[in-house]
Amino acid sequence: MRAGAVILILLTLAAALAPLFLPAPDALDLAARFAPPSLEHPFGTDELGRDLASRLLHGGRVSLAVALATALLAAAVGTGIGLVAGYHGGLADAALMRLTDGVMALPLLPLLIVLAAADPAKLGVPSEAMDSEGFAVGRLVMIIACVGWTTVARLVRAATLSVRARDYVRAAVAMGASPARIMLRHILPNIASPIVVATTLSVGNIILIESALSFLGLGIRPPLASWGNMLTGAMDVVWSTPALAVWPGAAILLTVMAFNLLGDGLQRALDPRKDAA
Amino acid sequence: MTRTIAFRLLQSLAVLLVMSFVVYGLMGLMPGDPIDLMIAGDPHLSAADAVRLKALYGLDRPWTERWLRWLAQLLQGELGYSRLYARPVVEAMGPALLNTALLMAASLAVALVVALPLGIAASLRPGSLLDGAVNLIAFASVSLPVFWLGLMLIVVFAVELAWLPAGGMAEVTGDGGGTLAHLVLPVAALALAGIGQYARHMRAAMINEAGHDYIRTAKAKGCSPARVVLGHQLRNALIPVTTIVALEVGGLFSGALITETVFAWPGMGRLIYDSVMGNDFNLALSGLLLATAMTLVGSILADLAYWRLDPRVRRTP
Repeated sequence: MRAGAVILILLTLAAALAPLFLPAPDALDLAARFAPPSLEHPFGTDELGRDLASRLLHGGRVSLAVALATALLAAAVGTGIGLVAGYHGGLADAALMRLTDGVMALPLLPLLIVLAAADPAKLGVPSEAMDSEGFAVGRLVMIIACVGWTTVARLVRAATLSVRARDYVRAAVAMGASPARIMLRHILPNIASPIVVATTLSVGNIILIESALSFLGLGIRPPLASWGNMLTGAMDVVWSTPALAVWPGAAILLTVMAFNLLGDGLQRALDPRKDAA
Repeated sequence: MTRTIAFRLLQSLAVLLVMSFVVYGLMGLMPGDPIDLMIAGDPHLSAADAVRLKALYGLDRPWTERWLRWLAQLLQGELGYSRLYARPVVEAMGPALLNTALLMAASLAVALVVALPLGIAASLRPGSLLDGAVNLIAFASVSLPVFWLGLMLIVVFAVELAWLPAGGMAEVTGDGGGTLAHLVLPVAALALAGIGQYARHMRAAMINEAGHDYIRTAKAKGCSPARVVLGHQLRNALIPVTTIVALEVGGLFSGALITETVFAWPGMGRLIYDSVMGNDFNLALSGLLLATAMTLVGSILADLAYWRLDPRVRRTP
């Protein structure tokens, strides 16, 4: 867990401070294409002479931002659905859980491809808004969150069911608290730790999904750098400069591993009983 | 159990139905529409022709109505015509499905052949060097982007060493030979991505069985260690592992999809990707539904396998 946290802190710091000591990620230098690593370009340059180290760190910013935002959104949706299903039970529970089962049964990547290929213009989004970087990122967050909420929903429902019958919940009901108040003030704080663990563990997965979509040209699109689309560029020149393909993937691996380590550690710290298994 | 399976089948059909409805709606949101594409392809078509064509294909109707008509056709076994491949959807999809099945089956086989013995060996000596290595591999493999793994294999074995082809399915000079050599790298990428997970599940299941009374009984009656492990412990530990493997079909398919793109393997993944990107509505819709159906069948198979392998489940209705 500590290793995961240290890696993430270093990575965040590097990504945040990158503009201070590295050239801009989209500064072209066609005279210095495919430059080997040097003092000026610590990781060398890519097919357009852009500084690879700078692009890696800026890509990391985008990937981390997308993953964190998506994980939070998906956790919020999942928590809402799980709370309602677990607390109300009956028809609401059955309907919501069938929905969850259904979404879980879908093949993830093909579905995401269809969602990502949809044209926002046909939904009435003005074309100037579509060109902004924020829109592209926000859109990706929404798409991945659409299918990413199911694990948290199931967890929260199970945890709610086990907490619902406790005395303090019954006391709150007897005092006339509204269902919303009971769910948010009484149940939610008591089931927070599995939500935190599941959300942390989901970040790694979301980074993998985002990079796959970006790699396919459906996520973050150039010129904005992301680890996935850097690999698309590297694949085109793999015969002449195979080294370009190494770093973005290594960055993904390192980051996802860090989040998984952190999640595992949190699980051990917050729920010691599971450790025995 | 028959009732459970019947219920699961019905539920799966419902998921498929809803999925087809949603995907049909999403297809309408894709950039461009088929008639515009036709006009772009043939400058002689006028605006009046476009209106006529739209009416001919029923594209002037609302999409919910078109979906119902599509569904009626599907029930008659009519999947439509693929614009991209210029042949009926069934003919376009057939070879792709076979290629993907080949890729998935080969990589699953390789992964299991490596992973199961690894998991068993790790479970026999918890805390050993091998156990630690298996744990590390499992941890790394869930954090690894499959497409990068494929790319690295291309870099090492195709670019640097030039031992194996980087992509495609057969030599261009082609007498159809060389498929095996083309299969090696994609299968390796997909298998490597799964090995860690399967080994970890196998290890966990073996350790879970190790504490049971029947193991002690077997040892007490004088069974050889090999017989205790392989004849008693493994047989029971395979039950949850089988279920997990069957449930992984969907994940394996997603992995195959992106592996196919890296290695230019002409399978379902590439077909779905190309058809979505190329506005080939009929093909994309059928491909996605088939992918969904495969995932659902996988989870029903998991249930069936559980029922078949575990007499305790069979006895309780």
